[in-house]
Amino acid sequence: MEGGDGVMSAALRITGLRLNRGAREVLCDVSFDVAPGAIVALMGLSGSGKTTVLRAIAGLETFNAGAIAVGPATLAPGPLSASSRSATAGQVGMVFQFHHLFEHLTAMDNICLAPVHVQRRSRQDAETAARALLDDLGVATRAGALPRELSGGEAQRVAIARALATNPPLLLLDEPTASLDPARRGELGSTLRQLASAGRALLVTCHDVTFVREFATECVILADGCVVERGNPRTVLDNPTHDATRALLRITSQ
Amino acid sequence: MVRFGASVAVVLLLATGLRAQDARVLRWGGDAEGGAPFVEADPKQPDRVVGFDVEIAALIARDLGREPQFVQILFTSLDQSAARGDFDIGLSGIEDTPARRRTLAATIPYYEFHEVLTVRSADRDRLKTLADLGGRRVATLGGTIAYELLLAAERDHGITAVSYDDDVHPYGDLLNGRVDAVLLDHVLAERTMRRLTGLYTHHNPVAIGHYIGVLAPENTGLRDRIDAVLRAAMRDGRLEAIFRKWNVWSDDEAAFFLHVLAGADVQATDVPGSTPQSSWEMTRRYLPSFLTAAAVTLVLSCASMALAIAVGVLLAVGRVYGRRWLRGAIILYVEVVRGTPVLLQLFIIYYGFAEIVRLPAFVAALVGLGLNYAAYESEIYRSALEAVPRGQLEAARVLGFSDSQTLRLIRGPQAFRLALAPMTNDFVAMLKDSSLVSVLTVMELTKQTQIFATNLGSWVIPGALCAALYLAMSLPLSQLARRLESRWKAATAS
Repeated sequence: MEGGDGVMSAALRITGLRLNRGAREVLCDVSFDVAPGAIVALMGLSGSGKTTVLRAIAGLETFNAGAIAVGPATLAPGPLSASSRSATAGQVGMVFQFHHLFEHLTAMDNICLAPVHVQRRSRQDAETAARALLDDLGVATRAGALPRELSGGEAQRVAIARALATNPPLLLLDEPTASLDPARRGELGSTLRQLASAGRALLVTCHDVTFVREFATECVILADGCVVERGNPRTVLDNPTHDATRALLRITSQ
Repeated sequence: MVRFGASVAVVLLLATGLRAQDARVLRWGGDAEGGAPFVEADPKQPDRVVGFDVEIAALIARDLGREPQFVQILFTSLDQSAARGDFDIGLSGIEDTPARRRTLAATIPYYEFHEVLTVRSADRDRLKTLADLGGRRVATLGGTIAYELLLAAERDHGITAVSYDDDVHPYGDLLNGRVDAVLLDHVLAERTMRRLTGLYTHHNPVAIGHYIGVLAPENTGLRDRIDAVLRAAMRDGRLEAIFRKWNVWSDDEAAFFLHVLAGADVQATDVPGSTPQSSWEMTRRYLPSFLTAAAVTLVLSCASMALAIAVGVLLAVGRVYGRRWLRGAIILYVEVVRGTPVLLQLFIIYYGFAEIVRLPAFVAALVGLGLNYAAYESEIYRSALEAVPRGQLEAARVLGFSDSQTLRLIRGPQAFRLALAPMTNDFVAMLKDSSLVSVLTVMELTKQTQIFATNLGSWVIPGALCAALYLAMSLPLSQLARRLESRWKAATAS
C-alpha cells in the first residue's frame, strides 16, 4: 500500500546492535542490511542469537545499544515506547516458528483481525484481501478452519498470510523450514521467492544449508551473538572461513 | 447453607455418639441464641445456660429423678431434632401450633404469651392495630405464629410482612425506620423495651399463644409424666416462682394456670385460614409463595452473578495490568473478602452500614453476594488471563494491537473459554448461597421451605419441592455451559 518513499533504501538496517541479559552478552555489535527484494538467511547454531535478532526487530526484545531502522521508523535502545511501537506496526510482519495463530479464531479471522482493528479497513475489504492471500498460498479451502484443525504446513501458510495481511515491507520468518519435509521446503522457497520478487524484504533464520544455498540471496552467519561471515550464500557456504560456519556445514551434512 | 451445614453436623454428632439414652439423664434441647429470658449463655460463665426454660427443664428433671443435660439445637431445627429423638424434650419458647400437636408429642402449655405490636414512640397514637398498618412494613421472626398473623394481615389489611431470622434485628430496624412495626411475643417485646428507648409496645394482644415442650411422637409415656410434673409445679407455685424470677409473671398467667389445672381444653393457636386440613391442600396454598421465593432466588442469583462477573473482570484486569499499588489493593480486597464469612459481610452491609446508608434488603443482598463472589471470580479470571500463552500476546503485539485491543480481541476471549467451567460452578454455588440472605429479611427459597416445613410439621414435601426448584434452576445452567464447552471443544478437536 505504501510502496516506499521513492528512495532505494534498505528495508531493514541494523547497526551496532548489542543485547545483554544480565551479565551475559547475547548479541555483540550485529550490523547488516536487508534490501527490498532480498531474501537474507540468518544462520548459526542453536543459541547463536538468530531468534533474538528477529525478536528485537519485531519489538519483542529491548536492546542495550545500536539502532534498528525499519523503513521510516527507528528503534532505539531502552524500553519500547508506545509511539515507536505504532510506528513499526505496519512495517514488520513476523511468522513465528510455532506460528502462534490465535487459537480461538478461524484462519480467515486470524488474517482479518489486524487489518480491521489496527488498520481500520472494512471487514469486506479485509476478507477480499485475505482470500486472495490464502489463494496465493494454496490454502483457500482452509479459510473456515481453526488453528488446531490445520496441519503444520497449512498453519505456516496461514501464519504467513496473517503476517502479510497488513502489507508490511519487511517479513521476518523464524525457522520456517524446521517443521517441513524436503518437498514442502521447496514449496516454501518458491513462495518466499515470489514475495521477494514483489519487492518485499525477507529475513529468515535457518540452519538448513541446502535451503539457503537454493533460495537465499544473502546469508549472515552468527556465532555467539556476533556476525562472523556474510555474503553470497554460495560463496560463504562453499568456502567457509570461520569455524562456526564449518561447524554448521558439518552438522547439516550429517 | 453454612447454618444449615452446621445444624446437620450437630444432628449427625448427636445421632452417632449421644443417641444412647441414659435413664438418669434428661436431655433437653434448646437454642441459646434465642436469648434471655428463655435460654441464654450465662454472662458470668458462658459455657452454662440460664433462663426460665433452663429452670423449667431442671424442675422437670428433678421431679423425674434425673439430671438435666442441655443440648444446643438451632431453633429452626428443634422440631426435626425432637422427632428424631435427639433429645428427650425441647424447651425454648416453642409455640403451641396445630402442626406441632399433630406431628410431635406436645406437653400441656406451660406459659401464655401475647402477640403484641411494637411501634416507634412517635407513632403510638397512629399505629395501634394491624389494620392501621396498611401499606407499611411489619417485621417478625419467620416461621412463627406472628409471621402467619402478618401473612393474614397482608391479605386483609395490605401490610407487608417482613421475615427476620432472629428476634433482635426487627427492633433495631424499627428504630432506624426500615420497618414501621414489630409483632412478637410480649416476652420478647418487654425484653427489648428494657434495652432500647424510643419504642412503644401496645398492650392489647393481637393474638394469644402458649409455650409447650415437644417430644418425639412415640414418646407419649414420658410426655404424660412431664405433664404431671408441670401440673404439680403450677399447683405448688414453683413455676410461678420461676416466672417471677425472670420478670415474666402477671395476673393473666395466674388465670391461665387455673384454667389449665381445672382441666379445661387449651387450643393451639391457629391463625384463621393458615392451617387447612390436608398437607396436599397446604402444599397447594404454599405453592405460589414457593414459586415467588424461587423467583427471588433466581433473580437475586443472576443479578449478583452479573455484578460479580463485572467487578471480577475489573479486579482481574487490574491485577494483571495495574500498577503495583493497585495490584496490592486488589490482593488485599480479595484476601479479606475470601477470608471472612459471607454471612458476616451481609450483616455488615445491611446492619453495620445502616447508619450511613440504609440499603433495601434486596439491594444489600445483591451487593453483598455480588462483591463477595467478585473476589472469587477475579481469581478465576486472573489465572485464566495468565494461562493464555505468551506467544498469542507476542503475535498480537507484532501485528500492532494495543494492550486494550489484545485484551478485548484475543486474551479476553481465550481466557473466557478457560474460565467458563469454574464460573458455572460458582453460579450454581451462588444459587444455593443466596439462601444466606434470609438473615437480611429477603424471603428466598430456603427460608420459604423452612417456614412451610414448620407450619406443616414435616420436611418431606417442602424439602422435595425445594430441591426440585433448585435443580430446575441449576440444571439448565450446567447444561448451557456444557453445550458451550463442547462446541468449543468440537471446534478445536481435529
